[in-house]
Amino acid sequence: MGLKRNVSLLEGLRYQGKGPMLTFLLHRIGGLGIVIFVSVHLLSSFLGGQAGVFLNTIYEHWLFQIFIFFCALFHAINGLRIVILDLWPKLVEHQREAIWVEWAVFLPIYAIAVIVILRTALGG
Amino acid sequence: MKSRFISLKERGFDFETLMWLFTRLSALAMYLFALVALTGALIMGARTQMNLADVIRWMFMPNGNHVINTNIPDLAPWTTVFWKLTGSLFVAFAAAHGLHGLLSVLEDYLTIPWLRKTLRYLIIVLWLGMSGIGIYLLWNA
Repeated sequence: MGLKRNVSLLEGLRYQGKGPMLTFLLHRIGGLGIVIFVSVHLLSSFLGGQAGVFLNTIYEHWLFQIFIFFCALFHAINGLRIVILDLWPKLVEHQREAIWVEWAVFLPIYAIAVIVILRTALGG
Repeated sequence: MKSRFISLKERGFDFETLMWLFTRLSALAMYLFALVALTGALIMGARTQMNLADVIRWMFMPNGNHVINTNIPDLAPWTTVFWKLTGSLFVAFAAAHGLHGLLSVLEDYLTIPWLRKTLRYLIIVLWLGMSGIGIYLLWNA
């Protein structure tokens, strides 16, 4: 299975995919974030010891919580859009509207979570 | 944008199509697990004895260790066989979904045939390994 790429990486990065491309990228970044977090979390719980204690201090940091909650929430909400549009293919004609709805659901929930995380971190 | 519909017969149903479908159905299964965990938590006292972050952590994985630092007085209802089974299924689905996703991303950038093939076997080994570790932790830790 030889594969040939017609587009170089640099050319690919210049692609102006706008809204749908942004969700595609964020879905991948979010998914990778979850895979790495869950794998490291499982391994550190399994192995225990000093490494586990060190990793827990990272997980409990507010910056990490803001990042991982973005990954999980965006991946879950965007994933639901993908599942709905893929399982009912006719709906894909409304993809752009679906993405607007998605942001309208994601942003308030994420904003509230960030406020809660920051208030807890700053001792409020 | 007009949608284009290709029937399953025209497209063919191979392993890639199966995994495409699995990714979507396992996502739905994981929403269900999270919903079951949320409902269970609310029934078991989360409304007054847990904060939002703890509830979300429990929804990501219904593991008794995830509620240890809350005001829940008795952990027994949170560590039943039902929750261990739900967690085990969740781990297996999440690992397969996540690692297949990782494979999809990597294969978009990998063009060397032997590397692509090796990666596929590696992902199967990782899936078995991570699911095994996760399920072991749920039942023993």
